[in-house]
Formats: sequence, structure tokens, C-alpha cells
Amino acid sequence: MTTPQPILRVEGIHKTLGDQLVLNDVSLTVNRGEVKILIGPSGSGKSTLLQCLNFLHHPDQGRIWLDGREFKATSRRELCAFRQQVGMIFQDFNLFDHLTALGNVQIALIKVKGMAKAKATHRAKEELARVGLADKMDLYPAQLSGGQKQRVSMARALAMDPKVLLLDEPTSALDPELIGEVLAVIRFLASAGMTMIMATHQIAFSATMAHEFLFMEKGRIVERGSPVHLLAPGATSRTMAFCAKINELSGDLGMAERRCASSSSALADKPQGGHGTT
Amino acid sequence: MDFAKTIPVIWESLPFILGGITWTLSLVFGAMLLGLCLGIPLAVGQVYGTRTVRGCIGIYVWLFRGIPILVQLYLFYFGILAYLSQVPSLAGLGLDSAFLAALLVLGLTSAAYQSQIFRGSIQALPEGQLKAAQALGMTESQAVRSIILPQALRLSIPGWSNEYSILLKDSALAFAIGVMEIMSRTRTVAALTHEPLPFALVAGVLFYLLTHMGIRALKTLERKVRIPGYARQGSMS
Ligand SMILES: Nc1ncnc2c1ncn2[C@@H]1O[C@H](COP(=O)(O)OP(=O)(O)OP(=O)(O)O)[C@@H](O)[C@H]1O
Ligand SMILES: [Mg+2]
Repeated sequence: MTTPQPILRVEGIHKTLGDQLVLNDVSLTVNRGEVKILIGPSGSGKSTLLQCLNFLHHPDQGRIWLDGREFKATSRRELCAFRQQVGMIFQDFNLFDHLTALGNVQIALIKVKGMAKAKATHRAKEELARVGLADKMDLYPAQLSGGQKQRVSMARALAMDPKVLLLDEPTSALDPELIGEVLAVIRFLASAGMTMIMATHQIAFSATMAHEFLFMEKGRIVERGSPVHLLAPGATSRTMAFCAKINELSGDLGMAERRCASSSSALADKPQGGHGTT
Repeated sequence: MDFAKTIPVIWESLPFILGGITWTLSLVFGAMLLGLCLGIPLAVGQVYGTRTVRGCIGIYVWLFRGIPILVQLYLFYFGILAYLSQVPSLAGLGLDSAFLAALLVLGLTSAAYQSQIFRGSIQALPEGQLKAAQALGMTESQAVRSIILPQALRLSIPGWSNEYSILLKDSALAFAIGVMEIMSRTRTVAALTHEPLPFALVAGVLFYLLTHMGIRALKTLERKVRIPGYARQGSMS
């Protein structure tokens, strides 16, 4: 294995919203090709952290490095250049409602990257085909299912060639039968070496591809480690307890422990690259 | 009142009265356009601007919504424009025109009202639209131009057709400074014939027809630009 190459590194992020300290000294590093999973109870600051990572929220304090260069949001131009390199997937898709699937993927290529229209169309079609929506490109968001919308939003982000992709509960707004199609795209991206940070409650799924779990609570990362460790049978980790609670809430009372355990045993043969970083 | 006698008089004066339609429509379309061109930046400034910008726009809106059109017409025609046309370097520009005064008053007032229509539409859009655009690296102004406004303007069409019908009727006030639009002409004829009522009815019918046609046209526009897949909006007559 080659030496880990940090793509995105943040140190000491603080963020106050209203009069609440939502992020309290958060630091993390994600290396090229790694997948980091943010978990934690509602209101723990996962969305805020992800939005700080591409400056949709400006952190009150803290430093950010992208691909080895420290980023200081000094000018608008630099801010836009930075955001282009950090893709964002939202829980409720946020597709541009007045544009077709193709238009959604194309528009930033044209307006932001200054690509010629024909070239942008070509690229957008490629990206839509990659997420399995080549035949839906002329439909408007209101004509797509939730799963299809989320896949369009992934094509839209990927078309910008981001160095890292941030995903904020990409499947939470979906009907259960539509979750699979989105997870399949995420799994494909992980296997293709896409660097990702994802907030999710799909613990069993993410355990199969995550290099590290980050457990957040009250604005801090209170536990971090590889899924194998955190979800080992009999582990007393916060992650394990949280996982059990989620499964319990979703109705699988007795299944909870076994589910968590089985998700970790599925990992037994997976190389653990990211364990122990930061 | 003897209708049999009035009908031929109305018939005779009709070409003269109908000639006012050109003036009325020029005023209304001109003012709508001026209101649109000013109203959009005002709305954008009021939503995304700094405190100072928002404050200034607030004062503008407050002034033009607060002062009656009739008062403004006098202020512009006999005041501001009359003064400006005395300035030597501006002489010859025809600034002392009643039509120009009416156009400015109606346009600037409409800008105040239209800005509030657009502001409402912009604020009705989900916050995520702007966030998604920014996350792709768009500047705020790119996002407003290619993401926010195309959606907000669509939402504004019903409010806009309301604004049209109000503006059309406000334009009748321009008779007060002598613009030869529909109202002015019907009053002239009514005064000559000493028959105010039938001519008031003629004016009423003309304004009604123009209102109706304009609203129909905007309804068609609304249908044309509707985003596919959205449930039909409840239709208003
Ligand atoms: N604009 C805001 N103003 C004030 N407080 C806010 C704002 N946005 C979020 N918060 C607060 O910040 C905290 C963290 O919110 P955040 O959305 O980051 O949590 P989360 O971990 O993503 O939760 P969830 O799992 O529900 O999405 C919450 O307590 C929330 O109430
Ligand atoms: Mg969240």
C-alpha cells in the first residue's frame, strides 16, 4: 500500500449557530480513496460539519487543507474554486426544479467551468449513464422518483470532478425500496476509489466499505475507529450501542445485536487502510 | 337620458376614444417593463443585499407605495420634470412631457410593487436551491441568475397579472395631467356632449376588455413556462 495522501484535513473547527456551539473543536483527515462515515444522534452536528467542509457554513475557527494546500476563504473567487473541488450530496437532493436531469448536470459545467455547451452535454450524458439514468435525461425533477433524483444529484456533483465527495444522509429521504439504487452508486464510487465523507444511519451498509467511523455527539467527535473494531461482537463502543438503538427503533428488537455483529463479520476479510488515522 | 340620441354620438366619437387605447397600452406596457427591470434588482437586493442596501430599498418601496399616484403625477409633472426641463443642458430633451411623467410615476410605483412580488417568490423557494448552486462553485450572482430567478419569475406570474390589472386602472389617472389616454378622451367627449354616464360606461367596458385580455395572455404565458411534472396550479379566472 502507498503512503496515505491527505485530501481533506480540518483542524479545530468551531461553529456557533444561534447561541448554540454546534461544532466544538472538530478535527479529521481523509486520505485519497478513503471513505469516512459520520454517525451520531440527531442534532449532533453532522450536517453542520459537512457544510463547514465546503464553506456553505463558514467555520468560526479552525483550519482546512485541501490536497495539501491550506484554504483561506479570502476571496469569492477562491471560495468558488474550492467548492468546485468538494462535491456535496444533500439529504433532500436539491435538484434545480426548473431544469431537466441533463440540465441539472450540465449547468455548472457551463456556468462555472466555462465549458462549451456541446462538450458539457456530452459530459453530462456520460455522468447520467454512469448512475444508470441515460434514459431519463429529459425528465424534470418532479417527474423522477426520489432514488432517481438522488442519482441525478450525484451525477451533478461528479461531473465537476471533485477531489472529495461529502454526502449528508443521502438515503434518509427515500422510501425503503429506493434506498438500494442509491447505495449501489455509492458502493460503486467507493470501489472506484472516490474519496468520501458520508453522514448516514445505514450502518450495516457503510460498515462494508468504511475505513473509519466517526461518532459525533454534541458537536464533538467522541469516538473513532474502524468498523471492525467498533462493531466487533461484544464491543462496548458508543457506535455499537447507537447501532443497536437504531435497529431497535426500526423494529428489530432482538435482531439488533446480531445485525451489528454480522455487519462487522462481513468485514473480516476487508483490508483496513484507514484505521488509526488522526 | 335618451339612449336613442346618445348612441349615434357615441358611435361618432368612438374612433377618437379608441385612439386612446394606444396611449393607455403604451403607458401600461412601458410601466410594466420599467417596473420589471427595476423590480428584479430591487427584490434581489432586498433578499441578498447588505443591511444598507436592504434599508435603502425598503425606503424606496415605502415611499412609492405610500404616496398616491395622483400626488406623484403632480409632483413629477409640475415639479421634478418641469424643473429639469429648465436646466439648460437638458433643454430639448422633451422632459416636460406629460406622458413621460406618467410613465415614470407608474413605472417607479410598479417597480415597488413588483419587487415585493418577486421577493415573495424568491423567499418561497427552498433554501437548498441556493446551497446546491453554491456547492457546485457558483457565485451568488450566478446562482441568482441561473437558478433562483428562472424559478422565482415563474412563480411571480399570477402576482404579475394582478399587478397588470391594477396598473391598467391606475393609468386612467394620467388624465389629470392631460395624457390623451382612454379616460381623458371619454371625459373630453362627455364634457362636450354633456352626457357623462354613457361615456363612463364606454370607458368602463374598454378597461374591462383590456384587463381581461391581458390576464388571459399572462395565463397563457404561465401555462407555457410551467415546469413539467408539477401539479396544475389552481386556476383563477
Ligand atoms: N441555522 C441554525 N440556527 C441555529 N441552530 C441551528 C441551525 N442549524 C442547525 N442548528 C442546530 O445545530 C445543531 C446541529 O444540527 P445539524 O443539522 O448539524 O445536526 P445533524 O447531526 O445533522 O442532525 P440530523 O441527524 O437530524 O440531521 C442542532 O442542535 C440544530 O438545532
Ligand atoms: Mg443532518
